[in-house]
Amino acid sequence: MKLAVLPAPLAGIPWRVILPLTLLVCFGAAVLYSAAGGSLKPYALSHVTRFALFLVMALVLSHFPRDLVRIAAYPAYAAVLLLLMAVEAIGAIGGGSQRWLTLGPLVLQPSELMKPTIVLVLAAFYHSLPAGLVTSWRALVPAGVLIGFPMVLVLLQPDLGTALAIGFGGVVMMFLAGIPAKWFVGGGLAALIGAPLAYFFALHDYQRKRVTTFLDPESDPLGAGYHITQSKIAIGSGGVFGKGFGQGSQSHLNYLPEPHTDFVFATMAEEWGLVGGLFVLLVFGIVLRWGWTVARRAPDRFSCLLAGGMTATIFFYVAINLMMVTGMAPVVGIPLPFMSHGGSSMMTNMICIGTLMMVERWTRKAGHSGLAI
Amino acid sequence: MRPRFSPSTLAQSFDRRSFVVGAIQGGVGLLLAARMGYIAVAENEKYKMESESNRVNLSLIPPRRGWILDRNGSPLASNRADFRIDIIPDRLQDPDREVTELARLLKFTPVELQDLRDKIDKAAGFQPVPVADGLDYDTFAAVSVRLPELAGVVPQRGYSRYYPTGPAVGHLIGFVGAASREEYEKEPIPLLVTPGFKLGKDGIEKQFEQTLRGQPGARRVEVTATGRIVRDLDTREDIQGKPVQLTIDGPLQDYAARRIGLESGSVVVIDCLTGDLLCMASMPSFDPNSFSDGIGRVEYQMLSQNERVPLRNKVLKGLYPPGSTVKPMVAMSFLEANLDPHETTTCAGGLRVGNRVFHCWNRRGHGRVDMAKGIYQSCDVYFYHFAQRLGMDVIAPMARRLGMGQEFPLPVASQFYGTVPDPAWKLQKYGKAWQNFDTVNATIGQGYMLANPLQLAVMTARIATGNKIMPRLALDKRKPGFESMNFHGDHVQIIQTAMKDVVNGPGTAGRARLPIENVLLAGKTGTAQVVSLNVGSGKGGPWKYRDHGLFICFAPFDNPRYACSVVIEHGGGSGAAYPIARDVMTYLFDPAKGLEALHALEKQWGGTAQQRLDATYAAYAAAAGVDVPPAPADPAAVAREVDAEARAAAAQPTAAATEAVAPAPEPDGASSADNAR
Repeated sequence: MKLAVLPAPLAGIPWRVILPLTLLVCFGAAVLYSAAGGSLKPYALSHVTRFALFLVMALVLSHFPRDLVRIAAYPAYAAVLLLLMAVEAIGAIGGGSQRWLTLGPLVLQPSELMKPTIVLVLAAFYHSLPAGLVTSWRALVPAGVLIGFPMVLVLLQPDLGTALAIGFGGVVMMFLAGIPAKWFVGGGLAALIGAPLAYFFALHDYQRKRVTTFLDPESDPLGAGYHITQSKIAIGSGGVFGKGFGQGSQSHLNYLPEPHTDFVFATMAEEWGLVGGLFVLLVFGIVLRWGWTVARRAPDRFSCLLAGGMTATIFFYVAINLMMVTGMAPVVGIPLPFMSHGGSSMMTNMICIGTLMMVERWTRKAGHSGLAI
Repeated sequence: MRPRFSPSTLAQSFDRRSFVVGAIQGGVGLLLAARMGYIAVAENEKYKMESESNRVNLSLIPPRRGWILDRNGSPLASNRADFRIDIIPDRLQDPDREVTELARLLKFTPVELQDLRDKIDKAAGFQPVPVADGLDYDTFAAVSVRLPELAGVVPQRGYSRYYPTGPAVGHLIGFVGAASREEYEKEPIPLLVTPGFKLGKDGIEKQFEQTLRGQPGARRVEVTATGRIVRDLDTREDIQGKPVQLTIDGPLQDYAARRIGLESGSVVVIDCLTGDLLCMASMPSFDPNSFSDGIGRVEYQMLSQNERVPLRNKVLKGLYPPGSTVKPMVAMSFLEANLDPHETTTCAGGLRVGNRVFHCWNRRGHGRVDMAKGIYQSCDVYFYHFAQRLGMDVIAPMARRLGMGQEFPLPVASQFYGTVPDPAWKLQKYGKAWQNFDTVNATIGQGYMLANPLQLAVMTARIATGNKIMPRLALDKRKPGFESMNFHGDHVQIIQTAMKDVVNGPGTAGRARLPIENVLLAGKTGTAQVVSLNVGSGKGGPWKYRDHGLFICFAPFDNPRYACSVVIEHGGGSGAAYPIARDVMTYLFDPAKGLEALHALEKQWGGTAQQRLDATYAAYAAAAGVDVPPAPADPAAVAREVDAEARAAAAQPTAAATEAVAPAPEPDGASSADNAR
């Protein structure tokens, strides 16, 4: 896939993923431009700027050497965990929950950072785990602890969506690491039993309400079901070709909640129709397929797991958000990667992309040194 | 077999499992695509409609209400363009702050502010609460520019109902108001909860609601989720309701209402040729203009605490013992029973019936009395005497034929029809046999007998013309044909002449003579006792113990054109009633002369009825302050409450009366042979 016409440094860049991604981000910017009532500010411009910034960061990230990343996994995990605890502590002292950590000019959301970090640390863990122990409890318990800690901390914030994202990332890592399938079946059964218990004892009222309204949105058309109903109206009324750029009444007349963040897909679908929706799905399909290709071609277990986990993390964002806006999942507050306006999710997703590019680079290097698979 | 777990098997496992996860992800992608396709294609129509119904708000424009006209085509109720402000309680975001802010903009007094808060508390939520109307443009504009911070406040241009003669038509026309919850449940159409829409709550406004209502217009506007209007799409004009024309003579109605003055009572005038009700005035009254804006607490308190019951339509719901006004009717029944009008009896001031003495109002006696003198001198003994001879079975049917105890087919909410007692009625009601003294009491319109002023007017018209006049309220250009009452011979003329002499001869109401040449008024006085004489004298003392004053009349006496009844509650005797009848009749024939008399009186009383009502309200409001219990939300319920009390007040005594009624003295006889006063 090297392009001979490009000079070497540019040829090393994975254009086949960056080009579709840039298209998607520009499309997202167009939608945000419309959502702002036909203005670059406050969404579209900063959206593109952030993408450019984080793309540079991802390219820098992609040059990190493998050993450094592996060695840094545990310290990075510990650092993010500390940040999470710091958020909790500040929230407790400040007398209210919060998710943000303000460090001078930088506003940091440690729970977002935890999503790629959990993938990284589990990749490192399973890499160092002797193959024979994969079926033993020693493959399960430490990983469970590694996943459990941050999940509990994030749940305390309380942020169910991010906690589930972390959990999902962790479980996919376990699965990819080869833990026996029967354990997953058992875990699934436990979840079936645990879910009702969690619903009644662990969830906050507002979260519980989101679940019940997801099951029957019409029961509360002006309350919590409003989000889902209005989102479906926006997507459905767009039809095949949409109402036209800047013509979305649902978003422009404020019927759609959060038209620039969580429900940006509905804003898009109203104006661009099913065609726009399929385009978005196609781009995500290309990105995820590339991710799996990178994972399968990766030279060693650590790289494989790392790439697979990152791909799964992006997938989780996309799937939950799209299922939510189309009325197939409860409203959990997860933005759509590369389209929703927001710095943290852009950063997380670009870290995932950067990591995948990094693994691809390792693969290429390994290939040069004759270790191609 | 190879070792189960080695790095290579794990790599294979990774490949397998990554394929599984990738396949699941691909599946989810397909699922999402299918779901999007389903929503956007299969359900496209449904969601397109929902999106349109989100975006487009169809707001109804309340139709202009049809006018209510008097017989000459002048409006008794019309519409006035105005600026108004409503509140939809459900849409208030911070009710307390917004209401306070609004009250400040509208310069509300503390009382008005409290009223507004009560109305909002009681409102159904979706139902608009009228805050103010009849606003000037500056105030309206001041509120309009602050709308962004006043969610749920709805300013609009509209029409409000206007009753030019105010209290004079209050009971007759009724008033309008926003639909109550019950009304909306009975007729659940969006128009009823449209801000600014009002429906008839009482009287003609309620009876002719469907005619007067009209068709609402509609305005399609694009709105945001918070209800802010982005732009107008299109507008359909409303269709004004049809007018309703009444037989009422507007100016006469106003005149009569104002002429009642400080008294509590009613005036009914009926056209003897057509049965048209020219006037149905009941005072004191309320101002339907202010009722139509919703009743304030102070106003409601003032009206409901008034012992003269301004909320009761006395024409239809006031029941009174008719007193001596029944004597022409009783005399007619004697004539029809073949009593010679020249047959006499001697009045010595009283008559023994059984073991009791029944007095004549003139204790010194009238001497020899024939029928004519019995009427114009209102001699009770004449009627005691012949009634005993002819019996109640002669009198009661005549009373009924003349309209007593009847309900008439009029477009009104309810009429109290009173009582015409007879032996069968008493047996059924009290389980006691009819006694001679019951007949004696009935002949002078006391005892069990009760009638409303409308019945007295109809009775007068029927006896004056000898035709079966039916009253009507909706104007119909066709002249109705009335069947004759089939009175024999010159019986009608005998009564006409005797009644003429009440006023123009040696009768009891000489001062009722009309100041108009060639028009002679015929009438009959009546004084109805409210309590027996040992409680009050009937003339003075506490207002509620004073006698009712009644007067029935018609003119001209020999070719009756107009019949009239006047009942003044606790007026102290017929002297309170006949001057009013005289002036009303004068006004009919010569309005200028009538007004001259009225203006002189109003100068003494302190203004017209409207001005006095306003002044009373102002004084009452100043005295009462804010600490007045709130008015009931539904003004129609007010009327129903009053009905209940009225019925209780009009109820029969629980025990049969056994006492003789001592008739109160009739007023002066200007040319009376023996001036008893």
